[in-house]
Amino acid sequence: MANGPRISIRNGRLIDPASGLDGEADLHIADGKVLAIGPAPSGFQPDRTLDARDQLICPGFVDLCARLREPGHEHKATIASETRAAAASGVTTICCPPDTLPVIDTPAVAQLVSQTAERHGFARVVPAGAVTQGLKGAKITEMAALKQAGCPVLSQADSPIRDTQVQRRAMEYATTFGLTVFLHPQDAALSEEGCAHEGLVSTRLGLPGIPEAAETVAVARDLALAEQTGARIHFRGLSTARGVAMLAEARRRGIQVTADVSMHQLFLTEDDLECFDANCHLIPPLRTHADREALRTAVASGVISAICSDHQPHDADAKLAPFPETAPGISALETLLPLALRLADEGVMDLATLIERLTHGPATILGRALGRIAPGAPADICVFDPETTWVVNPATLISHGLHTPFNEQEMRGRVSWTLLGGRIVFER
Amino acid sequence: MSKQNPQLDAQGNLKHFLTTEGLSRDLLTDILDQAEGFLGVAQQAVKKVPLCRGKVIANLFFETSTRTRTTFELAAKRLSADVLNLNISTSATAKGETLLDTLRNLEAMHVDMFVVRHATSGAAHFIAAHADPHVSVINAGDGRHAHPTQAMLDMFTIRRHKQDFSRLRVAIVGDIMHSRVARSQILALKTLGVPEVRVIAPSTLMPNGIEEAFGVRAYHDLREGVRDVDVIIMLRIQHERMNSSLLPSEHEYFRLFGLTEERLSTAQPDAIVMHPGPINRGVEMDSQVADGPRSVILEQVSNGIAVRMAVMSMCIGTQNLKSQPQGDVDG
Repeated sequence: MANGPRISIRNGRLIDPASGLDGEADLHIADGKVLAIGPAPSGFQPDRTLDARDQLICPGFVDLCARLREPGHEHKATIASETRAAAASGVTTICCPPDTLPVIDTPAVAQLVSQTAERHGFARVVPAGAVTQGLKGAKITEMAALKQAGCPVLSQADSPIRDTQVQRRAMEYATTFGLTVFLHPQDAALSEEGCAHEGLVSTRLGLPGIPEAAETVAVARDLALAEQTGARIHFRGLSTARGVAMLAEARRRGIQVTADVSMHQLFLTEDDLECFDANCHLIPPLRTHADREALRTAVASGVISAICSDHQPHDADAKLAPFPETAPGISALETLLPLALRLADEGVMDLATLIERLTHGPATILGRALGRIAPGAPADICVFDPETTWVVNPATLISHGLHTPFNEQEMRGRVSWTLLGGRIVFER
Repeated sequence: MSKQNPQLDAQGNLKHFLTTEGLSRDLLTDILDQAEGFLGVAQQAVKKVPLCRGKVIANLFFETSTRTRTTFELAAKRLSADVLNLNISTSATAKGETLLDTLRNLEAMHVDMFVVRHATSGAAHFIAAHADPHVSVINAGDGRHAHPTQAMLDMFTIRRHKQDFSRLRVAIVGDIMHSRVARSQILALKTLGVPEVRVIAPSTLMPNGIEEAFGVRAYHDLREGVRDVDVIIMLRIQHERMNSSLLPSEHEYFRLFGLTEERLSTAQPDAIVMHPGPINRGVEMDSQVADGPRSVILEQVSNGIAVRMAVMSMCIGTQNLKSQPQGDVDG
């Protein structure tokens, strides 16, 4: 992406927690990289100047989990459609789980995904390689080859490994190559057939439940294995207060573990399942108010160091069935920024901390030098207007996924420009 | 779907009957009162009233059932409706047709009411949300969620024997976890003012947080649980729960939770025993109790027809209100 245009972004408030920046500063970009912060270098002639008055400038967001559905599920969405939605949402880097068809368990599929994304040029797409072949939980993948093909991390997507011996060996083998293993902590047997948090609401509605222990049993197992093997693991999408407490304790003891949370888990609870709203069918399930509060606190304190969209675009039919038979997951890229701003509004944490959890925090987990604004760093930039309001509805969404529990809600905060490697990939 | 009660029209009339949750005591009492009126129809020489004449009612059973389907069919016929019986479990879904496809096809036949049974919780709500606005939906059992007409026929049977709900202790015994009947009964009992509802089951069949979720008291001991109660409702235990991780054997279940004359002795002397059927004799209760003087099990079946007539005619009545041109001015 060299020889990109020269761009100056002027008059905005620049926030980059990783570089300790928060204040009015101009940003100058050339050759795809950040050239200077503050006054323009002498003789710098921008091809274009963006006036960011009353706007915020921050690193482009790094999303550790968004489904693009390609290859294999193009009837739901494509790499082109979802990376375009990402650009409109200020997301410049996406890590996509390997549950495509075919599964990202060979270098060929990994390269197909990243090359297709590169061709469209809306966002950096980093494929997570599968931990086991076909995600079947039996035979491990050629992890060295996957790493070479551009997979910085490995994942089992939503298919937990039942066999603890396989899990242990997969972790051990991954450590050979310094690969972080992403784990969705959900015990396979305890969560079987469940579609809602096992608690008051599932009891009242008669929905098959997923108990809190489905998460804590998996967290306990995987922490013990990480300690045993020295593997570096990352819990994708924690949902319970007890899971968070176990994570905090493990981190104190020096186990190499990180975690993220899906943005919707910081807002919704089991109470939102009333009337069997399929847009609230999520895995892990929406849990209790107390769980939500613990997750919020953990993000603020840094025990959970990243927030994901957990974007899962679906076709219309996937949600047109009785609640338990619908596909879990929601379209979430485009509500990521406004929901983050809502967290700041509600006093959960300050804006700088939030931006850190959406940029440098996840970039560190991916092991990529992204998510910060510094001279010489790739110019992945999001400029947004924190005051503009808009109403979520299928007509306003760019993603092919139109299912969101935030439908018809007013959102505050909208992206004005997104720059990827110094090029404007979105402007409103 | 809107967060307002999806069962009521804008004027608060019963349009669908999906669950006993969220309905007022007046409305539930109205159902019982109307059912009282229909009880006499079975004694007439001509067992028909013309309330649903010219209407088409489709029994959509995605799960097999003889008893419930038959009583719905009979109720619809006594209301003079045309009845379609569809056992979908064996036909359409096996060919890959979705629930919504099935619904659309039947709507094209101008069906006025769907009576739906489905193995998935929330199915009746789903159908009500997606059906044509003039169609009513009656839930004949969805997964573990609700079976509101069964609950109302049980309320009807209780009222015929006990009159005043506000002085009753009611115990529900058995597989509370998987029971849509229990959920609908508990909600109806609470709405009708029953001060003490008890649920009795081993922990594996007791859903998480039941006391807080429903305002009931949980017991693991049958003898203690039925002490001084006025009504005992036994639930059916599916065979597949036995010899699994839920229950070790029928033998142990009956020994601990089976109702016998001897275990009944701690209940009120005039306590009645109910069961939604079909009974597993020697598992849920012994024959002495099932056929004994306190059993009102067969009465429940006859009452079922009257209660279903009441619910169906009320929903159809709500449709008729709508179709009259100047029915409601402020609409």
